[in-house]
Amino acid sequence: MDRRRFLAGTAAIVVLPLDRARATPEAMAAAIKKVVGDAVVREGRVTLDLPPLIENGNTVPLLVSVESPMTEADHVRAIHVFNEKNPQPNVFVARLGPRNGRAMVGTRIKLGDSQKIVAIAETSTGQFWSASADVIVTLAACLEEST
Amino acid sequence: MANVLVNAPKTARRGQAVEIKALILHPMETGFRPGADGRILPRNIIELFTATWNGVEVFRIELSPAIAVNPFVSFFAVATESGTIGLRWSGDEGFLVEEQVAIAVE
Repeated sequence: MDRRRFLAGTAAIVVLPLDRARATPEAMAAAIKKVVGDAVVREGRVTLDLPPLIENGNTVPLLVSVESPMTEADHVRAIHVFNEKNPQPNVFVARLGPRNGRAMVGTRIKLGDSQKIVAIAETSTGQFWSASADVIVTLAACLEEST
Repeated sequence: MANVLVNAPKTARRGQAVEIKALILHPMETGFRPGADGRILPRNIIELFTATWNGVEVFRIELSPAIAVNPFVSFFAVATESGTIGLRWSGDEGFLVEEQVAIAVE
């Protein structure tokens, strides 16, 4: 085996482990469809804050806020967050109401790869609003047990 | 319960939306990772966190394995009357922790 062929072979081996089971953009689209059904999802009103460049995917701060009066008549009923490359497409679902006063939810998430994150807000008037963010992850979360 | 950290104001004006932050120690094992012996570690996560204000539910969040170890959640609630904010975490393997903080509303 010459050097060139050997190098080509090792490149193929390196690529293989990335093929493990994961959510895909299609799986994310399916998860979103399950929530919104046939309703139209419009961009806007939602702000999705997370760092664009993430050194450590194990704990990534994420903050979602939605413009809403949060009154009995017009409030955010739920905030859904999805990802496209973790093992599962769902991140969280927060249930809100007029008792919250402000539609803002923060947490910390794990990210297994560079990917797109989508937040969708469902209002009491039956509307869906969304925001998305593309993030670059240099150290992926949770590949194996820490020792 | 010592494994919980809650940050909420002790006093608030009536009608004000106050921010409540809660952190709990928990491994949030995803169920997708191999352990030291090569076998997949069983899933062990907190699935649900709820908050009540004097017994009335005001916030609920359903978590997934994508939530980081030692889950942190922040949210807002309107200060309606003095009393207690109840926080409850539940999940796999019968996990259940409850915590209460007092708040005075003027």
